[in-house]
Amino acid sequence: MGMGDAFRMPVYVVAASMLGFGSLARDSGLSFSVSVVSTATVWGLPGQVAFAEMFAVGAPVMAIALASSMANLRFLPMSISMMPLFRYDPKGWRWRYLLVAMMSVNTWALTLRHAPHLNENQRVPYFTGLSVTCMTTGVVATALGYHLAGNLPFYITVSLIFLNPMYFIFLFASIRQRSCILAMMIGAVLGPLFHLISPDWGLPFVGAIAGSAAFLLDRRMGGDGE
Amino acid sequence: MNNLEPIGGLWGLLLLVTATTYVWRGAGAAIAARINPDGPLSQWFSCVAYGMLAGLMSRILLMPVGILAETLLIDRLIAFAAGFAVFMVFKRNMLPGMIGSVAVFVVLAAHREIGIF
Repeated sequence: MGMGDAFRMPVYVVAASMLGFGSLARDSGLSFSVSVVSTATVWGLPGQVAFAEMFAVGAPVMAIALASSMANLRFLPMSISMMPLFRYDPKGWRWRYLLVAMMSVNTWALTLRHAPHLNENQRVPYFTGLSVTCMTTGVVATALGYHLAGNLPFYITVSLIFLNPMYFIFLFASIRQRSCILAMMIGAVLGPLFHLISPDWGLPFVGAIAGSAAFLLDRRMGGDGE
Repeated sequence: MNNLEPIGGLWGLLLLVTATTYVWRGAGAAIAARINPDGPLSQWFSCVAYGMLAGLMSRILLMPVGILAETLLIDRLIAFAAGFAVFMVFKRNMLPGMIGSVAVFVVLAAHREIGIF
């Protein structure tokens, strides 16, 4: 079932984004196999892009590790908010440390949207089907993008990379839960401001401030938050 | 140039990047096991996730780093605004919105490079 959902939009977006990453990775001087494997093991575009781009400019090893890790910091609150969906399925729950490795913003957002309507024992299979389909597509697309690099004009590569934030902006724009909408509105304003203060450390503060403000506002506003 | 010798070359660097990314995922799973899934703390983390993601997306749109930084802010904003208009016209349907914004962006980016207008 997760695979069925994946075959609609998410796989096309993953394919386009990773095609762009594969092309970028080659231009950055990463080897073919490292680029392809990074899609499966890092599995987070901002972190992978930071890895490729900082490698290309010859940044020190620790700086690359730190920057790509910070670029993927969002996985912490994301996994905390997703895992409760799997909590009441003892069989699936045992695999939790593997499940979080397969999580991307894409599979997270879709699981948060659809899994609550599924039976508790169907959620892990849904998430796994969706994630495996997306990851396989991502790996193939990275390989393809790597081979196409150099043949693609700049405006195509950059548009493939641009597709990713646009997909998420419109995916999030269709969310209806009030606390989430508040958090996103505040976060969208604070994101660029905090980036000016600290490009590396701004984002965790944006999350904490926007999330806390939205959480408190939502409670004060009362109602059922829909 | 990067000094990759001590960590076993490019594969060592990939392992390091993978591990430092997994730290967040694994910590999330560990924390999730220790808090009430329906409690306020869990809801708060959910708000933090959405706030952080929205902050990241708006930062990427307004102040990108890397390859997107080579495109013009005005092009990115026009593309986003066009997509948003399509999104609203199609009753908040995300697919037309996304396709609209990327279509406008690819035309603008191509124009800057090869001059179509």
